[in-house]
Amino acid sequence: MSAAEFAIDVRGLNKHFGPKHVVRDLTLQVRPGEIYGFLGPNGSGKTTSIRMLCGLLTPDSGEGTCLGYDVIRDTAAIKREVGYMTQRFSLWEDLTIRENLEFVARMYGMSGRREAVARAIDRLGLGERRNQLAGTLSGGWKQRLALAACMLHSPRLLLLDEPTAGVDPKARRDFWEQIHELAAGGISVLVSTHYMDEAERCHRLAYIAWGSLLATGTAEEVVSAQGLTAWQVTGPDLWQLAEALRGLPGVDQVTPFGNTLHVVGRDARLLFESISAVKETSPHRWEEMAPGLEDVFISLMDRAPDQPG
Amino acid sequence: MAATRLSWSRWVGIIVKEFIQLRRDRLTFGMIVGIPIIQLILFGFAINSDPKHLPTAVLSADNSAYARTLVAAMQNSGYFAVVRQISREDEAEDLLAHGAVQFVVTVPENFSRKLVRGERPVLLIEADATDPAATSNAVSALAALGSQALARDLQGSLGRLARGPDPLEVRIHRRYNPEGITQYNIVPGLLGVILTMTMVLMTGLAMTRERERGTFENLLATPALPVEVMTGKIVPYILIGLIQVTLVLLAARFLFDVPMEGSLVLLYAVVLVFIAANLTLGITFSSIARNQLQAMQMTFFFFLPSMLLSGFMFPFRGMPDWAQAIGSVLPLTHFLVLVRGIMLKGNGLLDIWPQLWPILLFMLAVIAVGLRLYRRTLD
Repeated sequence: MSAAEFAIDVRGLNKHFGPKHVVRDLTLQVRPGEIYGFLGPNGSGKTTSIRMLCGLLTPDSGEGTCLGYDVIRDTAAIKREVGYMTQRFSLWEDLTIRENLEFVARMYGMSGRREAVARAIDRLGLGERRNQLAGTLSGGWKQRLALAACMLHSPRLLLLDEPTAGVDPKARRDFWEQIHELAAGGISVLVSTHYMDEAERCHRLAYIAWGSLLATGTAEEVVSAQGLTAWQVTGPDLWQLAEALRGLPGVDQVTPFGNTLHVVGRDARLLFESISAVKETSPHRWEEMAPGLEDVFISLMDRAPDQPG
Repeated sequence: MAATRLSWSRWVGIIVKEFIQLRRDRLTFGMIVGIPIIQLILFGFAINSDPKHLPTAVLSADNSAYARTLVAAMQNSGYFAVVRQISREDEAEDLLAHGAVQFVVTVPENFSRKLVRGERPVLLIEADATDPAATSNAVSALAALGSQALARDLQGSLGRLARGPDPLEVRIHRRYNPEGITQYNIVPGLLGVILTMTMVLMTGLAMTRERERGTFENLLATPALPVEVMTGKIVPYILIGLIQVTLVLLAARFLFDVPMEGSLVLLYAVVLVFIAANLTLGITFSSIARNQLQAMQMTFFFFLPSMLLSGFMFPFRGMPDWAQAIGSVLPLTHFLVLVRGIMLKGNGLLDIWPQLWPILLFMLAVIAVGLRLYRRTLD
């Protein structure tokens, strides 16, 4: 049975908002204890997909299960066992940290509420701030509080919608350590992000753009499936070089990365022929490299069908 | 569908949260206390004042001693101050229309001749009743005018006139507002107006605030049921409504001497029903409204007809049929009759039922709509 095999197992989910087809035939499988990265540009349908998985939105069509419960009919059961962290801080800013956690505990009808809240506050290291209004916390603390709140009822599946947006690198690192600990304990995590380093920390990935899944698999699988060839260029006047390279046959994308340039193409031979000519006359250092996730995502985004707006 | 049972713990959780938030929301809290106090002061003291020395014009076509005695008696009552002697009818009309005088007293031709003959002549008093509170006391002072003022003049052979029915007829024309609202009408009415305004508004904002701040998404992601959220948000406001009512009733009793003929328990019971009706409406508004501004607009869209068509501002029976039809849907219309009935007439439960069920019906209809519209999802 799929319930035991997958934490999330949905097929062909669709969602429209008016004339806009926001999510197109989403098929997704997340195994128990897996950290599943959900990537894609802004407005690609990540949030809508996550909302459909936790029962906040009803799919127009499609079927599947979340923790073994039907995503269309058993939303009440799903809500009880899923922890959902919204993209925007959505706890009550005019309640204190403790009041927020107590309210959430009550909403899940938890027994031993006080102890659970006290434990959560301790674990967070929020002890001395427990009576501070949530609205006065900094971004990093808000994010920790939100995670604590959605973990409070010991969910089996976490749905995290861009949990680290606007959070400093140290807090981000701590956050991911915590996610890996949770996953090691058997909790499944679906997390959407824009950060490549975070994507690389996921066990598996899905890349979504304009409502459609364009690639799934481990980071290596996603990269190799695209069959890209990449060259890294270092040296002076990279911007001028980039201008010269763009539009040459076989050169699909030229992207600056720090003080290097990535020249990427799907047809390795054509790419090589095109850059060979340039290489001869340029003072730059050219090295063939293994394409990274970011190269792949930029390539995917460039190739996705153009959408109005 | 996996049935989720109602949960006491969740319900209490929502109530506790609302109270905490309410306590921290100074502005809302200020409104809760401020609105009744401001309205009481504005409306209450406008009623309480017993205006005297109201400007009066006299149009006398009979320059007799009797007529002079009558006018002098009116002045002595303290309510009338004769500021003009006029001679033409259209002049009287002008003065009233422009508000230059509050009253025009017309002594008709042959007044004294008819009086002496015992033919009960008419003393016509035209009152500008646009502000009935301003004129009602003065008018009531006129009732005994005829017999008392003329008692001294009607002696000797005319003594028979003084002993009979009133020797003259005081005819009062209330102009512009034929159905005078008495002062007792207003304080009980205020009860309903204050509740309508604050209850609908507060709850209207309560839910849209969640949506506007994005916390609604969090609430929806929990297993909380619509019924729990709706009723849990209502309870704190019921208590607030009761506090407001108590405030107004205390003022009615000790500040404005409004009588309390009926049962206080029955009054509070009726108030509870009325509060509930308004709260369900507020919650329903907030399910429809996208943000707090829209909830505010909807509240005023409901509040205005409630003020104007319920009989609070204008006499209900004086309104055209279509306005009465709209008015009879509004809970405030029935509530006004209920409260006045209980407070002033001492009505019991049986007397008030015909006005009570329309409020209950209104509430049930609104709950039905509200539960349908409450979005369990974000669709």
